[in-house]
Amino acid sequence: MREVDRADSEASSFAGEAEAKEFGVPVSANETIDHNRRDFLYIATGMAGAVGVAAAAWPFIDQMRPDASTLAASSIEVDVASVTEGMALTVKWRGKPVFIRNRAPDEIKAAQEVPMSELKDPIARNANLASDAPATDVDRSAGEGKENWLVMVGVCTHLGCVPLAQQGDYGGWFCPCHGSHYDTAGRIRKGPAPENLAVPNYQFISDTKIRIG
Amino acid sequence: MSGGHSTYTPKTGLGRWIDARMPLPRLVYDSFIAYPVPRNLNYAYTFGGILAFMLVAQIMTGVVLAMHYVSDTSLAFRSVESIMRDVNSGWLLRYLHANGASMFFIAVYIHIFRGLYYGSYKAPRELLWILGCIIYLLMMATGFMGYVLPWGQMSGWGATVITSFFTAIPLVGDWVQQLLLGGFSVANPTLNRFFALHYLLPFMIAGVVVLHVWALHVVGQTNPTGIEVTSTTDTVAFTPYATVKDSFAMILYIALFAYFVFYIPNYLGHPDNYTEFDSLKTPAHIVPEWYFLPFYAILRAITFNIGPINSKLGGVLAMFGAIAVLFVVPWLDTSKVRSATYRPSYRIFYWLFAANAIFLGWLGSRPAEGTYVIMAQVATLYYFAFFLVIMPLLGLIETPRKVPNSITEAVLEKKGGAGVAHPARATAAPDAKA
Repeated sequence: MREVDRADSEASSFAGEAEAKEFGVPVSANETIDHNRRDFLYIATGMAGAVGVAAAAWPFIDQMRPDASTLAASSIEVDVASVTEGMALTVKWRGKPVFIRNRAPDEIKAAQEVPMSELKDPIARNANLASDAPATDVDRSAGEGKENWLVMVGVCTHLGCVPLAQQGDYGGWFCPCHGSHYDTAGRIRKGPAPENLAVPNYQFISDTKIRIG
Repeated sequence: MSGGHSTYTPKTGLGRWIDARMPLPRLVYDSFIAYPVPRNLNYAYTFGGILAFMLVAQIMTGVVLAMHYVSDTSLAFRSVESIMRDVNSGWLLRYLHANGASMFFIAVYIHIFRGLYYGSYKAPRELLWILGCIIYLLMMATGFMGYVLPWGQMSGWGATVITSFFTAIPLVGDWVQQLLLGGFSVANPTLNRFFALHYLLPFMIAGVVVLHVWALHVVGQTNPTGIEVTSTTDTVAFTPYATVKDSFAMILYIALFAYFVFYIPNYLGHPDNYTEFDSLKTPAHIVPEWYFLPFYAILRAITFNIGPINSKLGGVLAMFGAIAVLFVVPWLDTSKVRSATYRPSYRIFYWLFAANAIFLGWLGSRPAEGTYVIMAQVATLYYFAFFLVIMPLLGLIETPRKVPNSITEAVLEKKGGAGVAHPARATAAPDAKA
């Protein structure tokens, strides 16, 4: 609006000069500027331009997102018959490690005895349960009767490193990158990580086979 | 640049012909030959030139390395080994490039600390300082992505950790991380885009450097006294005075660079990066390149929740905040005196800050356990207190020493005070030499 006014005043000041007449200044005495019309045209042009720029920019951002081959839903089946008590297996799922651990009774007992008030993250973070399920030991494990099985994405919830098993102050996992300590149920107990290790969607399709994803 | 008072006169007909059409020789003459610089610049002021040299060296070695490097996860590691063993002079070019990055950062840190000491960021040089901060940010992005390309263990895990910073952002964090990685973990799409960006960013740095130098030539250089140039006796011509001084410093710096390249080429790297990236196994001690260590220590120092901000977001905010705070330094420093030379208290806090920054760097290289965490927390506190508390308050309460009336007076005072009585006569000497 201000620009329009300035343009007008410049035009009218030029109109009095001889050389300006030679170039034929468009605004004469019997021609007037419709300011509303001009504002509408400015705003409409500006908005069309902005939408056009946004539409043109989107493909450049969109191409950065995970492509179809990466997104292709993948699930894996793992035979856990060889994983006896106290043993563990790491498998690769969607480019990330998944820890499958057959916990020994003392590990389960240690995790069960932890009062909920001591937990830094009181939520189970178990994709198979409700999103607000409490982080009890049984909610972290494969459930009633299968408490010995612990299946978790082996990616530290801090900055994505792979924690080391049976290390740290709580005998569970310890992340070497920034010093996060997880207990024997994969719950964050100490250090910068904000959440318990994530439990992915999985199910036992037989006594010795797990499907993840 | 030198405004309307250009002293360039083309000597030949061809020179006049070009000058009338596209006066590039005039621009060069006015900017790098006749350009007046304060006569009292010390060697701390030679790092701008050294940095320009390092940028060109990095681009040159980088372009030729890109002719032999393959940005595919199945071949990247092997192609780097082939550069080291098969490509003619490949070992030299790669060591020049890898150590060149470190030399670039050593120079930029000296350059930044020189600015903090002599108050180079103060009005009217705020934009000059901010442009410098942008260059520094771009350098960090470039250095980080370059370190990913050899596809070793530190490459892959460094990329994992640094891109995970963004998952700390509420709501959109995971989406942003996937956008950066092109997937759910560091993989082939990540390597490809990092290579493309690693090639692009140095040219963006070069662009901002042009703006940085432009801004410098508008406001003029500062000098150790922090007093603005008031007369021609305060300055000398860029050529030969600054050119020769810069060149001499550059030669010494290149000698240091060569020492690293030829005698200890892997000293600043990590042995783990000679192991190919394994996405299932994190190295026991993952540390970034040395030039990121102070910020890494700050990241890890926040192990506690701060109100609604959890420790992870807190750490990331503190780390980015440590860089962001540099941008507002011109407005945090309330002192009317520019140079630390005349600020006895600031000088103490400044050197404490410098020692603290090195201490943070050392802590960043230690494991994040026990007393290291507590020390990092104390050091992080001082880092922020220096900018946010000491800088604003000290300017109000400190009594600075008497500032000389001019650069010329300061120079002569230093030389024994003999000429103070007749500054005009004494300063005729450098002009006569020129």
